[in-house]
Amino acid sequence: MYHEQANWRDGDAHQPLLSEQFGAEETVETDALPDELTRDSLSIPSPAEPELNRHYTRLSQMTYGQTSGPYPLGSCTMKYNPPFTEDLAARPAASVHPDRRDASVQGTLGILHGLQSSLATIGGMDAVSLQPPAGAAGEFAGVLVAKAYHEANGDDRTEILVPDAAHGTNFASAAMAGFEVVELPSGDDGRVDLDALRAAVSEQTAMLMLTNPNTLGLFERNIETVADIVHDAGGLLYYDGANLNALLGRARPGDMGFDVMHYNVHKTFATPHGGGGPGAGPIGVTEELAPYLPAPRVRETESGYESFAPEASIGKVHGFRGNWLALLKAHAYIERLGESGLRDASAKAVLNANYLASQIDYDIPYGPFHHEFVASADRDASAVAKRMLDHGVHPPTTKWPDLVEEALMTEPTEAESKRALDQLAAAFDAVGAEDDETLSSAPERASVGRIDQVGAARNPRLWWGDLE
Amino acid sequence: MLDAVGVPDEEALFDVPPEIRFDGSFDIDAKTEREARRAVASTLAENDDCASFLGRGHYDHYVPSVVSHLADRGEFLTSYTQYQPEISQGFLQALFEYQSLLVELTGLEVANCSMYDAATALGEAARLADRVRAVEGSRVLVPETLLPERRSVLRNYLVGLDLTVDSYPTREGTVDTDALADELDEDAALVYAETPAAGGEIEPALEHIGSLADEHGALFCLGTDAVALSLLQRPADVGADIVVGDATLGLPAAYGMGLGLFACREEYLRQVPGRLVGASEDDEGSRAYTLTLQTREQHIRRERATSNICTNQAWLALRAAIHASYLGADGLMELAEQMVELPRELAAELDGIEGVSAPVADRHHFREFRVQTARPAADVRDALDARGVAVHAVSEHEIQVCVTETNVERTDELVAKLAEVA
Repeated sequence: MYHEQANWRDGDAHQPLLSEQFGAEETVETDALPDELTRDSLSIPSPAEPELNRHYTRLSQMTYGQTSGPYPLGSCTMKYNPPFTEDLAARPAASVHPDRRDASVQGTLGILHGLQSSLATIGGMDAVSLQPPAGAAGEFAGVLVAKAYHEANGDDRTEILVPDAAHGTNFASAAMAGFEVVELPSGDDGRVDLDALRAAVSEQTAMLMLTNPNTLGLFERNIETVADIVHDAGGLLYYDGANLNALLGRARPGDMGFDVMHYNVHKTFATPHGGGGPGAGPIGVTEELAPYLPAPRVRETESGYESFAPEASIGKVHGFRGNWLALLKAHAYIERLGESGLRDASAKAVLNANYLASQIDYDIPYGPFHHEFVASADRDASAVAKRMLDHGVHPPTTKWPDLVEEALMTEPTEAESKRALDQLAAAFDAVGAEDDETLSSAPERASVGRIDQVGAARNPRLWWGDLE
Repeated sequence: MLDAVGVPDEEALFDVPPEIRFDGSFDIDAKTEREARRAVASTLAENDDCASFLGRGHYDHYVPSVVSHLADRGEFLTSYTQYQPEISQGFLQALFEYQSLLVELTGLEVANCSMYDAATALGEAARLADRVRAVEGSRVLVPETLLPERRSVLRNYLVGLDLTVDSYPTREGTVDTDALADELDEDAALVYAETPAAGGEIEPALEHIGSLADEHGALFCLGTDAVALSLLQRPADVGADIVVGDATLGLPAAYGMGLGLFACREEYLRQVPGRLVGASEDDEGSRAYTLTLQTREQHIRRERATSNICTNQAWLALRAAIHASYLGADGLMELAEQMVELPRELAAELDGIEGVSAPVADRHHFREFRVQTARPAADVRDALDARGVAVHAVSEHEIQVCVTETNVERTDELVAKLAEVA
């Protein structure tokens, strides 16, 4: 299973940049426009197609994907991305302009409507907007919806509560919409501290943003009490869907008392993350909040599907309708798995995390956990991660959440077999048994050695001109 | 596995109180891959074939097969953000090359490795202008013709700030510089202009706009796209501080899904939203790439981050870089020249139709142009729609059409059918 990375270093040189291989500056001469409207020259490398193909093939071989080996990156849900969804996304019928009239794009609208419905059912929410193009954009949209709702009730609330162990995007999204962020300390058991919550809520509380299971993989058992405390103060409850893969068919945010949620289709619904994106972050809301959702949404009428603007819509959070191809792939995935497949995915994801945890010799201070666990490396977690690269696997998320010292946040997902989990466990333990010196010189077998991060930030070189 | 964990079944692992356990049904049946593929494909097939001349912020360029074949390689497609750079050198280099291409195109020193789309990139530009604001004024000035979708997104991005969005007048679809100068007598934090503008008009007064903004202490943000940048004036040469827009390369029409460009001057480096890839060295001194300056970002800076963006459009940046490299400097310029010539030729043809005059604006155009119609534009659009031709109705007596290499074969249909209905 060891993943040996291609290493195209030629002596000291890395795979040369396109500019180093094929750099070319062309003078701009055109009859199409007067000179004063055009640029003087253009420097864009011009490889022939076979050279271009080799360049990017080599770069792909120096990249570790989910198809290369285990990818237990906590909080990221790196599950298998079934390729048939790519074939659907490549169909010419999927390639339409967003301003086409509803009547001529009934197929596209039908898929969006289908996804709206299945997401609403899966989350236990009343209405869904598919527009936010990523999870953080979903959070931002959800916060704007909450703000619009409070304002419509003549309620000028200024604060959003976020637990200390929440995703960084929660804090940033709330702040972007102009809210003051109040950090909520976790209790000793790693969950929401009800007393701290009671002390924090006030008539200024617009919303509490929660991930459940939280970033330690723990289910917030008191979620109904949490919801009561927030609701009694007049606030709303937001569900960060990053960890929904733990709960499919077992519990629904809407049933737990959440008013707004986002779904990460690139996590829970297996759309490929593409090295950083695109994702999609649809949001679901209760009936009371539905009038404020981003426009347009899709509904079914007697004459077919139509787009409509919710009556008190916040407007738009994306220039068009979001990341359509990611939405299409998510819909195809849900259609393929169905309820039974989705339930199985959660069961396996949770079993895999618990099995892997049982096989490694690391302290895991909090439990019972679900689809992910946070182990303590009890030494520099980053160094442990770097050394795991030499054992041919992608390491866990490191040093976060900081409730666990030197955290290794581990989420194997349902994609891994027992054999793969055993090999992953072997990598954990092999690294655990190695001395600090070995760790400090890792990685030795990746396409480059340990990278100077401080130097990268101190002397930013952000384009190929900086390397000449 | 269950024995190792010490539970009788998986259900025992769910620490969910019984009162909130879900005991209903999703009512979604499982399918085989073949069935799922057929079901989704047959729904998609309900889209009509039509001759689309739609543009206004979303464009269709031919994407060579090699782009998809390379970008679909599993290592690229199924990788996550490059949090372990030593095993992500390939993708990091591709993103570094994407940033470099954008620096070449704009002449600005810093480009990030993507925003969601043109509209959100504009929102981020205005937020950056707020952070570095040197004036009292709290206005963002945008053209009156700004696409309503972009205006809506911009407003939402400014909800948490005391910035307001104000419009300045246009003439012939481009900036009315006298009116803009008047507007600037009251402070503004940011002046935004586009080339091509919403109606496809190429902006002739970029330098003037840049110096007006500069004189008044406002940042100048230019909205454009990668194909237009290959031919039109270089943003750095006209005083642009920030460039935003949609790549328009790498992905065919995708129902509005795009790739947001973001580039700016070096002095704003620490204020840039989103991810940046930088070059560095490994422990043996070999060149290596890594995500850098991450203290700007949400996972470290939390509520004080420059943006909340996390997942971005990296895979589309990869696609755009492959596409741009495939075309090379000559290919990009040729494509851009075509985007000037095709609308010119089509406008001339449409102008010969009775009841029609084109183009409306006395300007050079890029990809698209407005067309005056004697009949109400909405009627013309609907009549064309019924005949399988899609155009925009943009005002009472103006439609707008967009022509690229992907629909040029169907312009005869547009000409013939417009002649029928005009």
